[in-house]
Amino acid sequence: MEMKFERPLPQETPVTRPFWQGLRDGCIRLQRCDDCGRWVFYPRSHCPHCLSEALSWHTASGSATLYTYTIARQPTAPHFAEEVPQRIAVVELEEGVRLTTTLVNVADGDIRIGMAVKPVFDRCSEDVTLLRFEPA
Amino acid sequence: MGLRGDAAIVGIAEYPHTRKYDGERKFTLSQWAELTRMALHDAGLEPEQIDGVCCSDIREAGMFTPATIVEYLGRPVNFAERIDLGGANAVGMVWRAAAAIELGICDVVVCALPSLPTPRDPSPPPPSPEMFFGASSARWGSPQGEFDIPYGNLAQNCGYAMIAQRYGAQYGYDAEAMAKLVVDQRTSGAANPNAAFFRSPVTVDDVLGSKVIADPLHMLEIVMPVAGGGAVVLASREIAERCNHRPVRVTGFGEHLTIKTPTYAEDLCVTPVGPASRQAFAMAGVVPGEVDAAEIYDCYTITVLLTLEDAGFCAKGEGMRFIREHDLTFGGDFPLNTHGGQLSMGQAGAAGGMTQVVEAARQLMGRADVRQIAGCNTVYVSGTGGVMSEQSALILQGG
Ligand SMILES: [Zn+2]
Repeated sequence: MEMKFERPLPQETPVTRPFWQGLRDGCIRLQRCDDCGRWVFYPRSHCPHCLSEALSWHTASGSATLYTYTIARQPTAPHFAEEVPQRIAVVELEEGVRLTTTLVNVADGDIRIGMAVKPVFDRCSEDVTLLRFEPA
Repeated sequence: MGLRGDAAIVGIAEYPHTRKYDGERKFTLSQWAELTRMALHDAGLEPEQIDGVCCSDIREAGMFTPATIVEYLGRPVNFAERIDLGGANAVGMVWRAAAAIELGICDVVVCALPSLPTPRDPSPPPPSPEMFFGASSARWGSPQGEFDIPYGNLAQNCGYAMIAQRYGAQYGYDAEAMAKLVVDQRTSGAANPNAAFFRSPVTVDDVLGSKVIADPLHMLEIVMPVAGGGAVVLASREIAERCNHRPVRVTGFGEHLTIKTPTYAEDLCVTPVGPASRQAFAMAGVVPGEVDAAEIYDCYTITVLLTLEDAGFCAKGEGMRFIREHDLTFGGDFPLNTHGGQLSMGQAGAAGGMTQVVEAARQLMGRADVRQIAGCNTVYVSGTGGVMSEQSALILQGG
């Protein structure tokens, strides 16, 4: 049976919409807890540090460093067959939260854990912009 | 706090693990019955003595799994658990069974993880591209579906690879030490007729020459999917004393869960097996230096490295040196995965961790044949689910 593997795109929820809207607008919007003051990622209804519901949205600086990465030389799913090698990474934002991303505009040999990176807003469709990173 | 050590593993069962299974395909329920029969026979117990089961998912039902199993076995039970801890299932089953026995709610508990191929469905459900996302949920509202799958961060390889890369940046990385770990385990596995890689040792060059799947992990550092599965039966002290083999008492356990996706781990190089192991050792009144063998969950080399450190067999950052300086084969000074580990057995899905439990029991019962460790009285076992998401530990002791 022929199966079609379209690239999986995120489907936002009422809780996460401001984050994805931020990416569409070209900025990283993050939640911060009004009660304990800590930053939160991924967006959620309750603070994972104190379970407060008082989370408000703020624009992150965009400063970030590479926490770790790998170069997947076999696709992690058939959907990504055309993206191999996949430069999958975890990036730490200046605010202290980490997120999953991919690295772009960098040669494999130039990737260093700890290097400064900056956001790339990758418009995949009218509805979805993904957040990728490149060397700062 | 904890177990008295009254409950014991009294019987074991294990399918030979094979890369290309050419035997009869059987429903999971049928495999459950077969493994139960084998483990009871091994222990010298009768089916009517069963009054508890610990299970995981089965092919034939999406819910009400324990009831489906006990009906199929024809055995009413007082205790039933369905465990959802991935590779930590086997260890999670054993301590739950031991705790239930010590509570006095049951006397004989079967823990089985069958993973042979099932018969081909004459009217299979339509294939969905999402089945390739494996352990990552693509359902609407799933954090993985929204924040990881779109970036390709799914399946296990890239998660473990990113942990290994981070480890290398923090503590240094010795690819040859990781290869030696594989070599030592495959040496033990070469002496295990149930292993997919029976009589198939490898060299450091073989490991380092195998394809890089996700940097820095080579193919031979990653488990190979196989058909297999196994089971253990636990019993109360009174029953255990009348069984066929030396009882394998469960004297300590721990379990710790932190994250689903490693991106959100507080520190990628400090894993949940630490707290789980500290609890297990403290409960048993044993220190890491006192174990006669360590059966450490080994989906990847990096998993073993971090478990050696976080369970306290060596200090943080010292794991590579520890591997270089010790002979880890069954005949060595630090017997590690004496059955060859899953790197030799192959990984039969979430049943993989059962190989570690079964081998620990074999060693403590004195039934490990050519791989038997002399005077084996205390064994450490670990289980790992997801990408270091949930981990568990056991201290098993003979007598
Ligand atoms: Zn808070």
